[in-house]
Amino acid sequence: MNAAASLHGKVAFVTGAARGQGRSHAVTLAAAGADIIAVDICAPLESVDYPAATAADLADTVREVEALDRRIVARVADVRDTAALRAAVDEGVAELGRLDIVAANAGILSSGSLDQLGEHAWREMVDVNLSGVWRTTKVAIPHILAGGRGGAIILTSSVAGLKSYPNVAHYVAAKHGVVGLMRTLAVELAPHGIRVNTVNPTQVDTDMIQNDVMYRLFVPDEAHPTKAQFAAASRATALLPVDWIESVDVSNALLFLASDAARYITGVALPVDAGAVWR
Amino acid sequence: MSATRAAGKVALVTGAARGQGRSHAVRLAEEGADIVAVDLCRQIATVPYPMSTPDDLAETAKLVEATGRRVVTASADVRDLDGLRAAVDGAVATLGRLDIVAANAGIHSGGIPSWEMPDEMWDDLIDVNLTGVWITCKVAAPHLVAAGGGSIVITSSTAGLRPYGGIAHYVAAKHALMGLTKTLAQELGAHGIRVNAVNPTQVDTPMIQNPLIYRLFVPDVPQPTKEQFAAASQAGMLLPTPWLDARDVSDAVAFLASDEARFVTGIGLPIDAGVLAR
Repeated sequence: MNAAASLHGKVAFVTGAARGQGRSHAVTLAAAGADIIAVDICAPLESVDYPAATAADLADTVREVEALDRRIVARVADVRDTAALRAAVDEGVAELGRLDIVAANAGILSSGSLDQLGEHAWREMVDVNLSGVWRTTKVAIPHILAGGRGGAIILTSSVAGLKSYPNVAHYVAAKHGVVGLMRTLAVELAPHGIRVNTVNPTQVDTDMIQNDVMYRLFVPDEAHPTKAQFAAASRATALLPVDWIESVDVSNALLFLASDAARYITGVALPVDAGAVWR
Repeated sequence: MSATRAAGKVALVTGAARGQGRSHAVRLAEEGADIVAVDLCRQIATVPYPMSTPDDLAETAKLVEATGRRVVTASADVRDLDGLRAAVDGAVATLGRLDIVAANAGIHSGGIPSWEMPDEMWDDLIDVNLTGVWITCKVAAPHLVAAGGGSIVITSSTAGLRPYGGIAHYVAAKHALMGLTKTLAQELGAHGIRVNAVNPTQVDTPMIQNPLIYRLFVPDVPQPTKEQFAAASQAGMLLPTPWLDARDVSDAVAFLASDEARFVTGIGLPIDAGVLAR
């Protein structure tokens, strides 16, 4: 790693950190020298049909960060609950001393066409994947401003924040909304030396995609698609010859955007997508 | 241009009591459509300018009837799925069909940095400007499918394509509508239903001509005048105008609703005097 990518002495706040991309972000940022404030809901949501992250998952993230000799403050918190989220980040900053980086990563997936998708599923999606991202930035920004050293905020959007997919209107809308939020934050925070960007991943090999909801979304003609059938359908959405990308691929992009190597990059949506945007 | 491109059709317009919505209703009626005009007709607490009234909606109905077309009005909330469905189903039963949807209802608030915005202000705006549009499409789409096709026009904004400081919730919602537009275009295309967005810049309506917007555009003056706002707004345009008339947006809606746009779907059409090209 070059010197500009070092995060030594910095503190990063990661949501959805119990597993998947969030855990990968926490570990990658810690490996680059940052201490970590990690939150996750660690509980199921009504509209989500795949298994939720657990407190044990979050404990594993803690162990992985500590194994890198970095400090971590982990809390169970729901990104829809401003008070809980604020308490978590306030406690983390009190213990770790500062805040420099935000990885607003927590997100869910459900599906349904316009006629099938219920109001509850729509609202839960918008609440978590859009408003939850805003709430994450809302509680974190005052701490970055207080440090007076600038910072970097990375919101997790998606390829679905740039193009559309059928049967996930709520997900596509929320992820487009995240790009709008990012652009506004970039405008508002630039005078304070705070950069704001999104990562826009394609399918990432995590529990959020390796499940029946996603398999059926990609292979709609099969009642119970196999992982192999999903892999083939997923591969067909990319330009590069891969079935899906790995969490670390997104984390590497996020680390770049978080680091001084990207010091003049703000307001950008960075696809990590094996070419899916242009397919 | 034919003035009867919507003859024999029925159009649903939300936010129809005044402003762009009223203009869309009258414009589509002039094109020959009967109108279902829906508006909340009451205040939302986090909205800092006066919202429409039942009298406004009655005036829209009068203007539509003056064109010789029929109109059914309803005071309904786009955030209330069951209430809006009842209003739309009832109106379609009266008018016989539904072909065109102008999902126009929207609010404005803010003028403060996103991290200082109260939760209620964010949530109200996301609820009306994003979820309300989805609910409008959800209750209207079955009628368009039954009609064998149709056109949905979603009111996004230049803020759906670029940012403005101080209104993170508005920019996020209007960006989200671009995602919704494209996804619904995918889902409904096979039914012959086209889904597009319009992306207006500032339009001369009560949502714009108020102190909140004046301060957004003239941040260095405590109480900016309309003239100061006009100058600041003009500075963002390429063409020599400080704002659009609602009619300018209605003309674009009428085009997208018509068969002249029969192979136009999934797009965002800026009506912006060149704002986005700057």
